[in-house]
Amino acid sequence: MSLLEVEDVVVQFGGVTAVDHASFVAEAGRITGLIGPNGAGKTTCFNVITGLQRPNQGKVRFEGRAITRLPVHRRSRRGICRTFQRLEAFGSLTVRDNVRVARDIHRGVVGLVRPASADVDGLLERVGIAEYAAERADSIPTGVARLLELARCLAAEPKLLLLDEPSSGLDESETDAFGELLAELAAEGRGILMVEHDMDLVMSVCDDIHVLDFGRVIASGSPTEVRADPAVQKAYLGYSDEPADPAHAADHTHADLPAVELTQEIRLEGAHR
Amino acid sequence: MSSILSFTILGLFTGAAYAIAASGLVLTYTTTRVFNIAHGAFGMVMAFTFWDFSQRQHMPTWLALVLVLGVVAPGTGWLVQRFVTRGLGEGPVSVSLVVTVGLFVGLIGVAQYIWPPAPRTVPPFLADEGLQIGGTYVTAHQIITIALSAVVAAALYVLLNRTRIGTAMRASVDNPMLLRLFGGKPDLVASLSWAIGISLAALAGILLTPVIGLSYYDLTLLVINAYAAAMLGRLKSLPLTFVGAMGLGILQSFAVAYLPSEGNLAGLRAVVPALFLFVVIVAMPQAQLRIGQVKGIVSAPLPTLPKSLGWGGGLLAGVAALTVTMGDADLLLVGTAATYAMVMLSLVLLTGYGGHVSLAQFTFAGVGALAYAKLDEPNLVGLFLAAGIAAAVGALVALPVLRLTGLYLALSTLAFGVLMDKMVFQADFAFGYNGTLRAQRLSVLGREFSSTGGYVLVMTVFFVLMALALLLLRRGVLGRVLIAMRDSPAACGTLGLDMRWFRVGLFGLSAGMAGLAGGLFAGLRGTIGAADFQLFNSLPLLLLAVVCGVTSMTGAALGGVGLMLLPVLQSSRPELAGLVFAVLGFGAVALGRDPNGLANLVFGLGRRLDRRFGDRVRAAVPVLPLPRPRVEDDSATAVPLADPLSGVLIVPETDPPAGHRAADDPTSAQQKEVPAHVAP
Repeated sequence: MSLLEVEDVVVQFGGVTAVDHASFVAEAGRITGLIGPNGAGKTTCFNVITGLQRPNQGKVRFEGRAITRLPVHRRSRRGICRTFQRLEAFGSLTVRDNVRVARDIHRGVVGLVRPASADVDGLLERVGIAEYAAERADSIPTGVARLLELARCLAAEPKLLLLDEPSSGLDESETDAFGELLAELAAEGRGILMVEHDMDLVMSVCDDIHVLDFGRVIASGSPTEVRADPAVQKAYLGYSDEPADPAHAADHTHADLPAVELTQEIRLEGAHR
Repeated sequence: MSSILSFTILGLFTGAAYAIAASGLVLTYTTTRVFNIAHGAFGMVMAFTFWDFSQRQHMPTWLALVLVLGVVAPGTGWLVQRFVTRGLGEGPVSVSLVVTVGLFVGLIGVAQYIWPPAPRTVPPFLADEGLQIGGTYVTAHQIITIALSAVVAAALYVLLNRTRIGTAMRASVDNPMLLRLFGGKPDLVASLSWAIGISLAALAGILLTPVIGLSYYDLTLLVINAYAAAMLGRLKSLPLTFVGAMGLGILQSFAVAYLPSEGNLAGLRAVVPALFLFVVIVAMPQAQLRIGQVKGIVSAPLPTLPKSLGWGGGLLAGVAALTVTMGDADLLLVGTAATYAMVMLSLVLLTGYGGHVSLAQFTFAGVGALAYAKLDEPNLVGLFLAAGIAAAVGALVALPVLRLTGLYLALSTLAFGVLMDKMVFQADFAFGYNGTLRAQRLSVLGREFSSTGGYVLVMTVFFVLMALALLLLRRGVLGRVLIAMRDSPAACGTLGLDMRWFRVGLFGLSAGMAGLAGGLFAGLRGTIGAADFQLFNSLPLLLLAVVCGVTSMTGAALGGVGLMLLPVLQSSRPELAGLVFAVLGFGAVALGRDPNGLANLVFGLGRRLDRRFGDRVRAAVPVLPLPRPRVEDDSATAVPLADPLSGVLIVPETDPPAGHRAADDPTSAQQKEVPAHVAP
């Protein structure tokens, strides 16, 4: 039994099929990558798993039990927590209070009368953003905000972490440190499902990878297997006779869709105006 | 039998007009995510414009119709989308609600200003024509209306299903972001749908005018019927919207025909649409949490406890000074302002902290006043009991819509307001039709405050205590969770928070605060009636609360004074009555995006005065202290101060350097605060 099982999920927006009979799993104690070009349906899959989007068809199982019809907060109580691609930090609270609120919420009624404090700073320390603790969350850089969302999730003590493009906004050395942190978190027994565009990071930290294209899972397997898959090369590069060079492939991924990336960045900027 | 037929035809006629209005509402909402509360108000203004063209300027009917429906209405829709509502759909629902309520009030003001009250009639189309169907005479106007609704339905179907732009419109219903990715033009889609939407509102208004008359309020409030119909289609499905509209029209027509016109059920006929709306909202499926909103609202700086106490004390001292210098008539106005300010405090909790909008806050105050008068226990027990009853009613309103969020909650308060206005407050067991109730002044611990001055002082004490309690709440765990819920419901949900009960509690608490204010108000006035708590008054209340600052206690105090002054201003210059509304409405449109409002100017005043004159004053009076550099607030919720001069969201980089952020000098700020109360 896998920690998370997504089974035959279909999501349609009007005439567009965003997720097309997708099935994949994520295991406890392992890092699973969910990759694919923009618009492939990765974030929509996250929304289906966390309950923010109802699928037109299909099932989601967590620890063997169906959660497809559970409301968002009940899934979280079972042990699923996520970060967001378009940031959802509590902008008018400080970084520390963002995590503190998560702690309070997680502890339920007891937490509401007995405020949490000590371990909050520990979490900030752990993801490496302690120096921003007193700043308002809508004034910190994007990369820091992503780490804040991770810290906030950890405050809810999840069994499964869903990370939506966690490394965008981080520089190279920060990304390396982040990779190590992920490995640590997984080693402690958590399952991690990650949507990520940084192929170097994906290839180095992920144990399993699922590739989505136009809402369909076109390949699943270890990084080496996925790298060699002709369908993946086609989806990423537009043609399949390119030598199977992952570093090269990563370059193309970014160069391929500049306009879309740009739109998202602008919208993120807008959110921080 | 013939009476059933004739009432059915009458119902189909009004239903057809509702359908036309409702489809415009659905179109604008689905494509831009802005729910246009002012939809009916636009229809009203356009109906007046049509009257102006066809009756006052004697244009031929066809020309006036073409001008209004083809030029004025779509032009207005385009302009409004371009300059007022653009981008609102991606922000919090509370902002788009406030802005469109601003349009609502502003348009009524404009109409009253341009077309002062006078009897006006618009003849029906082809007035002398008609058909005999069985024993029933059907006018040509009715047939035209029903036929036009079919034409509108067909045209919308063709537009949405057979044209490129229509496909883009349908796509943006689900996901505007996706539309952008696939190369659509959301801006064009948005402008076009607003142009069409306002045209449809205009058409519905013009068609209904010969039947319900050219009235500012009746036509504007018709929008409730349109909401109700549109809700049946979940604000998405046009066919269901048409079904809803026709059903509602017939239901209403039958209610007029067959429900008793006397007794306690008499009010039922008038509230059929509101009941319909309420039932449909309750039956709505679970709302999905939205993600990707713009958030992080610059909150008003949270004052420290000594500072809040200082302000509170200053306010009390100011009012005490007023009580010895003013006559009873003026003191009544001060007491009224205190009432309004307390109701606005309840909005600070609900809207400023919680991000929810109530369109009927005065109704809750009315419940409190009614309970206070009926209990006839003019002491603290009676007062708190009255507040508790109002709180329970507030929770009851939120309870059926537990699963729903923002917009639906706001609309259910509107439906609730209509119900109370027309059915409960005017019933014999309440205030009675055009009647009043007597209420005693409050006594505290056996001491009765019979003088108006003393009573006003007691009210001010209540205001200060409520404000302090709110600040305490805001600093605590609950306050943090409230802010988190406002900033990102999606994140709260994925962190495991069940927001439903929080929302009910929030609504109840806020209604209780308004109820307390209502109870005190009843004691102040001695006699109260349904007219004191009309639904329509809740809208200027909401607008002034936002304009003055719905995130701070200062904003509530300013707003209370402002709202008290509105009728004073209007009765002293009746010719400007409409203009006052227009200024208020469009002011809210301009300021609605910044919840801190004018109060922020007050907060910044001390700082700016100091920057400007501080050095000179200190040179002359050397004992004055230097401005303190901003101390890191002990509560971790301390936020960088907002720059009062720029409206929206500010990142610290643009803040003045720390030295200039010096804590406001409480005394100078107080001096600015007090004269506002002296104004009348």
